[in-house]
Amino acid sequence: MTGHAEWRDPVAVRRLAGEIARLDPGRPVKLMHVCGTHENAICRHGLRDLLPPWVRLVAGPGCPVCVCPAAEIDLAIRAAKAGAIVTTFGDVARVPARTTLMEARAAGADARVVYSVADAALFAAANPGREVVFFAVGFETTACTTAAVLRSGAPRNFSIIASHRYVPPALDALLATPDIGLDGFLLPGHATSVTGLHAYAPLAARHGVPMVVGGFEPVDVMVALRDLLARVGDGRGEAANAYRRAVRDDGNPAAMSAIFDVFELRDAAWRGIGTIPGSGLGLAPAHASRDATARLGLAPDPAIPDAEPGCRCGDVLLGRVEPEDCPLFGSACEPDNPVGPCMVAIEGTCQARYRHRGHA
Amino acid sequence: MCLAVPMKLVEVTGAAGRADLGGVRRAVALDLVPGASVGDYVLVHAGFAIQVMDEAAAAETIAMLREVAQDPDAPPGPPGDGGPG
Repeated sequence: MTGHAEWRDPVAVRRLAGEIARLDPGRPVKLMHVCGTHENAICRHGLRDLLPPWVRLVAGPGCPVCVCPAAEIDLAIRAAKAGAIVTTFGDVARVPARTTLMEARAAGADARVVYSVADAALFAAANPGREVVFFAVGFETTACTTAAVLRSGAPRNFSIIASHRYVPPALDALLATPDIGLDGFLLPGHATSVTGLHAYAPLAARHGVPMVVGGFEPVDVMVALRDLLARVGDGRGEAANAYRRAVRDDGNPAAMSAIFDVFELRDAAWRGIGTIPGSGLGLAPAHASRDATARLGLAPDPAIPDAEPGCRCGDVLLGRVEPEDCPLFGSACEPDNPVGPCMVAIEGTCQARYRHRGHA
Repeated sequence: MCLAVPMKLVEVTGAAGRADLGGVRRAVALDLVPGASVGDYVLVHAGFAIQVMDEAAAAETIAMLREVAQDPDAPPGPPGDGGPG
């Protein structure tokens, strides 16, 4: 299961590239993936260079840190300034709103990086006199872990800022946006291992656009792209599974039931994109008492801009432009001195391209 | 953020487990994989197992890959880059 050289076999990868080349439909094809881990795998292994010139593979809004609105990051910063201990994942703490959580910490606020929401709950148990807030960012892969902790009865002084996002409605919205023009989706392997392929089958059928879920080793990506391009060529608008060792049709029912016990779908803003109906996971009424913003009396500040002047993260997230098309990329905006969220996050498209540029 | 790694479950005590990856062991919460047992491979994300891997499906995929890699009639891929990675 792990460490099999087959998943990285260069001969298999080249053969798969040959199979893909033979699927030429005689027109340009634009595919999108929506996963930062896919972008990193594609860049690290130079897979774009193995694709024929008629295939364009763009990176969509697959980085939950990147799509978290600045106003929600600002809520976390204000929670820390109000005296709470704010815990979150490392990437999130570095993304700028008016400032970043790490900068707020340098100024005296109590913000801490955790590996898991379970660590944040333990932290609350160890600090019963303080409010411990988990800034809950991430797609369904992460939302199920937050839900598991809330459902299992976390300490009373533990609350969350609910910023999780749900992927399927975002793909629906992308397909309904006329100027993006997608021929197919490479579905995110780990998010889909939670939702199951059945979350996507109706979307693929309704839009007549094929979707194939793929894993993250080079062979996984190439098999998924081959299966996707075969469906593009045949005009088969269906969802298919090229990552069967991790993805089942019904996903992980226990994880899905945890998510929808604790959360409910709400309209939610995606940084750089706008509001997508039903794409956010807000706390359901039975768990509303865990809402940190209510406990601390915080409301979002709509005046906080999502983008600095010149930053094109929004267009990058929609696959409208490549990171290299942004005038700030690699000059004013670098991983050590990022301007936009796509350069801050490890899963951000701009950071992946920057770290691997000149490699492929 | 959605990075998850397959690890082998080596201990299960209720909803708490320990999993191994290449000799490195760490605690893994099993709340979301109620059927998992010792010896299973689980997909671990942010301290939680979020799925039990399907070993039969993995074996089938590997067999398919061996066929792809060894098929002498298959056309070669694009030449000359020395392969990925």
